[in-house]
Amino acid sequence: MNLCELTAHELGELLKSRQVSAVEATEAAINRIEAVDSRVQAFVTRTVEEAFAQARAVDAARSRGETLGPLAGIPMALKDNICTVGIRTTCSSRMLADWVPPYEATVVSRLKEAGAILLGKLNMDEFAMGATTETSAFFPTRNPWDLERVPGGSSGGSAAAVAAGEAFYTLGSDTGGSIRQPAAFCGVVGLKPTYGRVSRHGLIAFAPSMDQIGPLTRDVTDCALILNAVAGHDSSDCTTADLPVPDYRAALNTDIKGLKIGVPREYFADGLDPEVAAIVRRAIDKLAELGAICEETSLPHTEYALPTYYLVAYAEASSNLARYDGVSFGLRVPGRDIEEMNINTRTEGFGPEVKRRLMLGTYALEAGNYEAFYLKAAKVRTLIRQDFEAAFNKYDLLVTPTEPMVAFRLGEKGNKKPLAMAAADSYTSAVSLAGLPALSLPCGFSQGLPVGLQLIGPSFAEARLLRVAYAFEQNTEYHRRRPALEVA
Amino acid sequence: MEYEAIIGLEVHVELKTKSKIFCSCSTSFGAEPNTQVCPICLGLPGTLPVTNRQVVEFGIKTALALNCQVASYCKFDPKHYYYPDVPKNFQWSQFDMPIGSNGHLQINVDGEELVIGIARVHMEEDAGKLIHIDGPDGGYSLVDYNRTGVPLLEIVSEPDLRSPAQARAYMEKLRTILHYLDVSDCKMEEGSLRCDANVSVRPRGSSTYGTKIEVKNMNSFRSLQRALEYEIERQVNLLENGEQVQPATVAWDESRGVTTVMRVKGESSGYRCFPEPNLVPIEIDSAWIERVRQELPELPDARRQRLIDDYGLPLYDAEVITSSKELADYFDRTVALYPDAKTVSNWLMGDFSRLLNAHNLEPGQAPVPPQELAALLQLQQEGTISGKIAKQVLEEMFASGKGARQVVEEQGLIQISDAAALGQIVAEVLAANPKVVEDYRNGKTKALGFLVGQVMKATKGKANPGLVNKLLKEQL
Repeated sequence: MNLCELTAHELGELLKSRQVSAVEATEAAINRIEAVDSRVQAFVTRTVEEAFAQARAVDAARSRGETLGPLAGIPMALKDNICTVGIRTTCSSRMLADWVPPYEATVVSRLKEAGAILLGKLNMDEFAMGATTETSAFFPTRNPWDLERVPGGSSGGSAAAVAAGEAFYTLGSDTGGSIRQPAAFCGVVGLKPTYGRVSRHGLIAFAPSMDQIGPLTRDVTDCALILNAVAGHDSSDCTTADLPVPDYRAALNTDIKGLKIGVPREYFADGLDPEVAAIVRRAIDKLAELGAICEETSLPHTEYALPTYYLVAYAEASSNLARYDGVSFGLRVPGRDIEEMNINTRTEGFGPEVKRRLMLGTYALEAGNYEAFYLKAAKVRTLIRQDFEAAFNKYDLLVTPTEPMVAFRLGEKGNKKPLAMAAADSYTSAVSLAGLPALSLPCGFSQGLPVGLQLIGPSFAEARLLRVAYAFEQNTEYHRRRPALEVA
Repeated sequence: MEYEAIIGLEVHVELKTKSKIFCSCSTSFGAEPNTQVCPICLGLPGTLPVTNRQVVEFGIKTALALNCQVASYCKFDPKHYYYPDVPKNFQWSQFDMPIGSNGHLQINVDGEELVIGIARVHMEEDAGKLIHIDGPDGGYSLVDYNRTGVPLLEIVSEPDLRSPAQARAYMEKLRTILHYLDVSDCKMEEGSLRCDANVSVRPRGSSTYGTKIEVKNMNSFRSLQRALEYEIERQVNLLENGEQVQPATVAWDESRGVTTVMRVKGESSGYRCFPEPNLVPIEIDSAWIERVRQELPELPDARRQRLIDDYGLPLYDAEVITSSKELADYFDRTVALYPDAKTVSNWLMGDFSRLLNAHNLEPGQAPVPPQELAALLQLQQEGTISGKIAKQVLEEMFASGKGARQVVEEQGLIQISDAAALGQIVAEVLAANPKVVEDYRNGKTKALGFLVGQVMKATKGKANPGLVNKLLKEQL
């Protein structure tokens, strides 16, 4: 049995029944990483010793007869913008290449509490700015389905690691699509929770009004399990909602009869790859076949979502990233005076995509530009939110392609072609502006590459998204396919 | 030409909350550098702020006391500037929705009551402290982040002040109110009360404003007044010489008694404020405002009026007594035991205040509790001691901390009111001063004072003065 092909909940059963120990599971994952990561390049930092220490502790607890949660002993990995105490957290940037946080993110504490085994930290676009993981200051991550293609981004390492069997699940972060898009490109399940569902304490910010941490998993059941472990109010993050967290896994069932699903026509317009369109249409037919009522609808302000998203996100980033100045943490490049040190540090510490976004964001907030750019965007954001509110008066959820295309080739839309890369955000950013939950799951393959279906729900309707995704998954086979990364 | 000064003050008050505004670090003053810090106030990547509710409560309280409208909805905005005293390179402040606006306070200068507008009261975080060390290559700087994130209220006046004396009176009144509210220590020397001034001059009668200069680094009420006097004169001289005032920020140099230019103000792209997404907006409902309003202490103006209405104190006395909450509290507690309010007021404004100053004490720290002052006044009123002896006794009470009766008894200071014994002494004094007696009988009534003094001297001040007068007149 190749443990690395299992889902987290399948491994969990084996651990619980003691057919497999946490140390064995960890060994399997680390062997897998050894075998494939030189090609996939998902990991920025590996924490092998810590992982074995945690695994031994879980095995010891189990042999003492302690009751352990469903995630105990399951190896996982984290996007490298999630702070881990004592383990460097780089945001895939030269700026933080050697930065070791003195504190840890709330999600990390919660997973540790649940007995999770941390294998390491995953590559990403620098400061989560990008859609290909090529803006990483270290190296690009490859798509396990085709090593010449990108895994998507910014949580490219998180998606690729799950697809390649290097981790049983991972956490990523999503600001404008950074979980959903790589999940679609890599053929895994990715959930961006409702804004405020999961604590951001310890998540290094890109754009705090949209950033959310979420799981990337091999199937929907795993997604529910992981969400349960990390969701809920956190007194360290005043933007988290003080709402009870339902048992997402218990809520999974395949009955979606009578559920009303809206299909916004703006997501099936020009620019959508015809083969992707056909696959997504067939997936919608499948939902109808399972008893859902699917109707075409409209989100009229969709075309403004992308520019609005850029203005809001870049403005927020220009504020949040002002702290990287070489004074008290991170990279310091000396200068003759403090101003020169600031400039030298930021010049060398940030890559071109980050600089581009910081300059645009700074410009949008400057006196004289604020009303025309930031404030206008904030108003359009309200219109976009209202589009969704109107739609959810009629529909239980909305369904769209996650991305208008399959994973593109390395270099095709990277650093030097910012506008081409921008197109990758166009199907996911409206949801981010509205703060809604959305899930991407595999719904077919085009030329051997995965296609993602995006399910969008009203705020805090994660259980509903998971149920529909589960119904689809239980009636299809796409989630069982694994990329052919033949071990050398 | 005659000129008029236009002055507005921006006052920063450190609030005396236990913890900082966005994290749980201590706010206490004087700790070792960088010991009262955490990932949040150091601005480390991934940290998030959580607003301290007590700061909002103090903000509402202060806004109400300054007759402001309290915002029902307010938010924080990052104010960006690159300087290492703010580790995030921005400061969380309130840009367009301050917690309080459109308020006022009253000042009394040279008997004139003036109403000074308060444009806004807003909450923000304090910055750290930089220490510059000289050395080769320009030396280096150290930064202490203990103060970073200590809660501040910024209170901005309207440009309603017309003289340095008014500015000082405004500042003193504001401090008194903040003391009454118990929201700040208000120690200018420790920096818990700081003041910047915007000042311009214009020909009297003109309706347009002159060029505004921002004056910083005034660390006491006296230096505020001196700096403004200097700056106004400097600006008037420039205009008189046909020159122009250039917009600038200047620093007051206390030792040299001059202002020097810190930076010339030019075009700026602003502070790039926008609503901070990491801090949820604060909704302040009317129930909250009402509760704080109910809990407001009696404020200086109301208290002053009460002293006038209830005790018949003159305005001047009421003003002096209520200028310090501690002194006013002391007054109330003394009057409760010794109801002659004017006598209490005279003593508090006179010898009591003099002795406090001499011992460098605040009224609340006086070694003489109100019941002992009341006892002293009682002894005087009963005639047990004279007024002169009473002053002497108070001095001793301050020095030793002993009670009034104890001092009087230990030092044998009980007044001599025995007519027979005093009559004997009076006779002796008259016998010893025939020339003065002669003068008095020839109509020099002033001579009586000398004779009273001689009797007092002979009795070491213990003679009952009324009785001495009576006996002298009888025997003369």
